[in-house]
Order: sequence, then C-alpha cells, then structure tokens
Amino acid sequence: MNIITIEHIAKIYQVGTEEVQALRDVSLTIDKNEYVAIMGPSGSGKSTLMNILGCLDTPTKGLYTFTGKHVSDMTDNDLASIRNKEIGFVFQTFNLLARSDALHNVELPLIYAGIGKEERRERAREALTKVNLEDRMDHRPNELSGGQRQRVAVARALVTNPSIILADEPTGNLDTKTGEDIMALFETLYEQGNTIILVTHEEYIAEHAKRIIRLRDGLVEKDEIIETRRVAQPRQI
Amino acid sequence: MEHFLFELKEGLIIAFNAIRANKIRSILTTLGIVIGVASVVLMSTAIKGIDESFQESATSIMGTENIFIDKWAWFGDVPWWELRNRRDISMQDYRDFKAQATLPSAVVPRTVRRQTTTYGDVNVDGCFIIGTNQDYIQTTDLKFTEGRFFSEIESNAARRVCVIGGVIAEKLFPQGNGVDQVIKIRDKKYKVIGINDKQGSFLFGDFNPDNMIYIPIEAMFKDFQSRHRGGGISISVRAPTNQMVPAVKEEAISVMRRIRGLKYDEQDDFSINQQAALLDMINQQVGVIQIAGLFITGLALFVGAIGIMNIMFVSVKERTREIGIRKAIGAKKRTIMGQFLTESAFICLLGGLIGLFIAVLGAKIIEQYDFPVSVQVDAVVLAIGISLLTGVLSGLAPAWTAAKMDPVDALRYE
Repeated sequence: MNIITIEHIAKIYQVGTEEVQALRDVSLTIDKNEYVAIMGPSGSGKSTLMNILGCLDTPTKGLYTFTGKHVSDMTDNDLASIRNKEIGFVFQTFNLLARSDALHNVELPLIYAGIGKEERRERAREALTKVNLEDRMDHRPNELSGGQRQRVAVARALVTNPSIILADEPTGNLDTKTGEDIMALFETLYEQGNTIILVTHEEYIAEHAKRIIRLRDGLVEKDEIIETRRVAQPRQI
Repeated sequence: MEHFLFELKEGLIIAFNAIRANKIRSILTTLGIVIGVASVVLMSTAIKGIDESFQESATSIMGTENIFIDKWAWFGDVPWWELRNRRDISMQDYRDFKAQATLPSAVVPRTVRRQTTTYGDVNVDGCFIIGTNQDYIQTTDLKFTEGRFFSEIESNAARRVCVIGGVIAEKLFPQGNGVDQVIKIRDKKYKVIGINDKQGSFLFGDFNPDNMIYIPIEAMFKDFQSRHRGGGISISVRAPTNQMVPAVKEEAISVMRRIRGLKYDEQDDFSINQQAALLDMINQQVGVIQIAGLFITGLALFVGAIGIMNIMFVSVKERTREIGIRKAIGAKKRTIMGQFLTESAFICLLGGLIGLFIAVLGAKIIEQYDFPVSVQVDAVVLAIGISLLTGVLSGLAPAWTAAKMDPVDALRYE
C-alpha cells in the first residue's frame, strides 16, 4: 500500500527578483514499511523534497497524496495535524527543547495531540525505553551526549506511532560509532514495521536503506533498490 | 472547552518556565506593569475615597433632606451685586414661613459669625458661632458626647448657653468635663451645656460641626450681631423624607414669595440652596480629578504595556527555533499564539498582583495621614482585569508574529 504518492512536484522559490527552481518535476511513491534514502549533493533539492514530504512546506505545482489525503491543498492547521499524528521527525541538530527534560521532550507531540497526562507519561516512558534511555528520562539535553540526544529525538518521533519516520542527516552531528548506534536503532524500527525515509549526502549512511533515490538539480536522477545493503549492528555496551 | 483548558494549562507551564529562565529580564519587564497597576489602583481608590468623604462631609453638615432659604445663592449665575441688593431675610420672615409652610418637619432660623473662644488661658480662634433655636437639633443628626441641646425657654430667653463641637471641646477641655463650665465667646460668658461627638471631615476645612458652637439666636443678636444692620438670617427647612425634598422646595418658594409680597412678574429675591447642588458641583470636580488622574496613571500603564510588547517580540525572535520545533511536531497556529499570549498575560498578571500589593501598602501608609483611602474588592478586580487585558493586548502582535512563522524557516534559524 502506498503511503506517499507525489506526482510532478515542483517547488519554486522567489529569491529577490530571481526564481530558484529547487524541484523541477519529481514523481515517486513510497510503500508501507519501506526503508528509503534520499541522496544528492547540496543544491539538489533534497532538503526541499524532505520539507514537502514532511508536510512542513507545500509544493508550488504537482500533487502530493499522503495516506490517501491530498496534502498539496491543505491549510496550515491541517498540515500541523498531519505532522503531529503521521510524521516523526529526526533532525541533524536533534532540535530538542533545551529547557525541558527528555521525558517532556518526548511528551510534546502528545501534548499537541491533546492526550491526557497519564497516558502521555506512559507512552513517553515506553518510547524512551525503546531507545534504551529509561534511566535518562529526567535529564535535560545539555546533560546528555550527542547520541543520547538523538535517541531522545527518535523516541519523540516514535511516540505518536507515525506512518513515516523522516530523518534528515540523523548522523551528521555524531561520530562514526555513535552514528552506527543510531543506524542500528533505525534498523530495529524498520524490522518492527516502520516506514523510514532517510535524507543524507553520505553514501555510507544511505547504503543502510533498501532503496536509494538520487536527486540532481531538482530531478530524480536514479531510483534504485540496494541488493546488498549495510545492516547496522548495535554495539555491545 | 476541555481542550482549551488543557492548552491553557500547558501554556501556563511553558510561560512559567520561560519566565524562570529569564528572571532578571522578566523582573525588569514586569516593573512597568507593577508601577502602572499600582498607580492605577492607588489613584482610583484615592479618588473614590475623596469622593466618598466629600459626600459624607456634605451630608453631615447639611443633611440630604435639608434646604436652605438664603439671601445668597451658593451656586448659579445671578451676579453677586444683585444678590447683595436683595432684602435680608429677617426673623419675621422666619416666623411667617414657619406659620405658613405645611410640609416641612422642622423650620429653624440660622445665622453664623466667627469668634474667638476662651477657657482659662486657652484660646480657640475662628470658631463658627451658630445662632439658632431649639428646633435646630431636628435638622441635623448631631450626637452628644455629654449634655444636651438648649431648650425652647433658654432659646426664647436668650440665655447665654452653648453647645460646642468635638474639636473645640478637645482644645478647650483637654481633660474632659466641659459641661457646666463657663467659656468666653469674644468677651461674653457662656455656659457649656452640651458637647458633640467629634465627626472628622475632609471637605470644607474647618467648616464642619466639630468647629461649631451653637447658641440661642436671640443671644446672638444680643451679643454678636445687630438685629437691624447685617442682621439677616437664613432659614433651614427639613423635609420629612428625601422624596419630599422637591415638594418642600416648591412650597418654600411659593410661601416665601407670598411673605415677600412679590408680584407674578418679579424675580425671587431669595435663594433656595440645597445639598444636591453642592453634590453636583463636587461630583463635577471629582470627575475632573478622576479623568486627569486616570489619564496620567493610564499613561504609566501604557508605557508598561509597550515594555511587555517589546520583550515579547525579543522573546519570540529568540525562540524562533523553538517555535520551529513545536510547529514541526504538530503545534497549530492557535497553540503557538496561545502560548505567547499566555506568557505575556502571565507576566502582566504577576506584575499586576505585585502592583496591587504595593498599592495596598501605599494605601495603608497614606491612611496614616488621615487621607481617606482603602483598597476595596473592586480595586482588586480592576487590577487583575487591567493587567490581564494589558498582557493580552500587548502580547497580541508578538504572538501573531510567532504563530505565522514558516516552520521551515524557523527550524533553519540560528
């Protein structure tokens, strides 16, 4: 079943008097429980594509259907609701709330979903346990290592049981070993049936996915299935 | 509704954390509101206090049920030289009026002079000597600490007896026991037969019952005032009830015109004065004070509001990334808006409560100086209402800026 269908999507930015075509004409579909990497050099339009896939932005032209709903012509509030319930974001810079502890950071999407305190706490604890941070719940981001922060971010992405997990350079700010840990975490999530979209410019990271979509100059250059993919193993701690 | 309360609660927690994270800045920002609210509350209670004591003083001196038939008009646009040329109101006018008027519950003559009073080696200058008769007591609500008012016999016989006001009594007889003592009014010896309770009055300075000495009007004519030259009196008329005042006034005009023998086309050559007219004037003046006072204090509040708005804009800018994160994980425009509105309302509410506290303290201090102020429930409501309103209004523009941020740009903001 298709979770994501985009047809002839274009995104044009107005920079001063000049028009910049970030995406020219992109069409693709992503199924449930796929593990996709979107690759491309900077300026290829991969960030723009990620923003559109993540419902943070709407395309200038084309049609975007997300779990059967037309996203291209939704209002800001409807988009917010989709982001809240259907999409889990993991960012390169973690993007945690600095003044809140791990538990509250993970709780936040549930707050916006209007879920009561008891259930919220319970689900946030569960998500943090999944990423092996059950003993760090009351730590603030600045009391956590980079890997731990990213795991909090993954827990936050998971907590609403989203249709897709959208990770933008999730290992970009981490050392290789810690990056490997995060990739192992994604591996587990994938095995549990989650749909994962990875945006990266690192070949090594992209090779963890089952399918790589390569962008260049706002167009899909190549869309290939990886036969011998890399499988990250969790470190023995 | 439930959802709203939920968001409000979350908003409050976020606001509280944000304030705690920027303690100094929050305190400085709040200061404007603290000063604004404190001055608004203090000013409004002071004005209310002034107004109330004006009314009270006016009532205690004149009584709302009294009208005064006088040569002079207290207010109005009749020029003073015309008033001066009017005939004096005489004791005969009083007697005729008393005989002919049917509605009043009491009619008394009244005349005032200022004299120095002496007891032993204590002098009290500028006492108001009121010459009247035994019925005067029915036109006031004077209370007696000791003794009594003079009787009809004493009044008619022009006995040298007097009833003295609380403040004069205090000065002449610091030890008490004033009754039956003999005091000197100018050079005449008068026996004290009654002492009134001290009332205290804010309005009219000395002209209040505390500084008055009542003597029989005939004694007044004998000792201090010529019956012929400058011998005019005024007539105090008491209506049985407040509702009767207009009727009593109507009757008084027609009776007086008859007594004075005025033709239909002649103007009244007397004035009917009443407390209502005085109250009107007081209310007008209090109104002016009120507008000026509230305008100035309102200005302080306005400056405070600008401070809040400014700091909220800074706060929004600073937290652009946080707004981006919140939006990315599903915060709606309304939620972000609510968050910042709650924050500014909360800061202002805190400021308002502190301001209120200062105002209460200030009122307590001012009260020490016999200036009538007390912070009432409505002032508390006013303070909370004003500070919440200021918070919401000054938070509106910054909150809207935050709410309409583009999540992509906000997330990229460094």
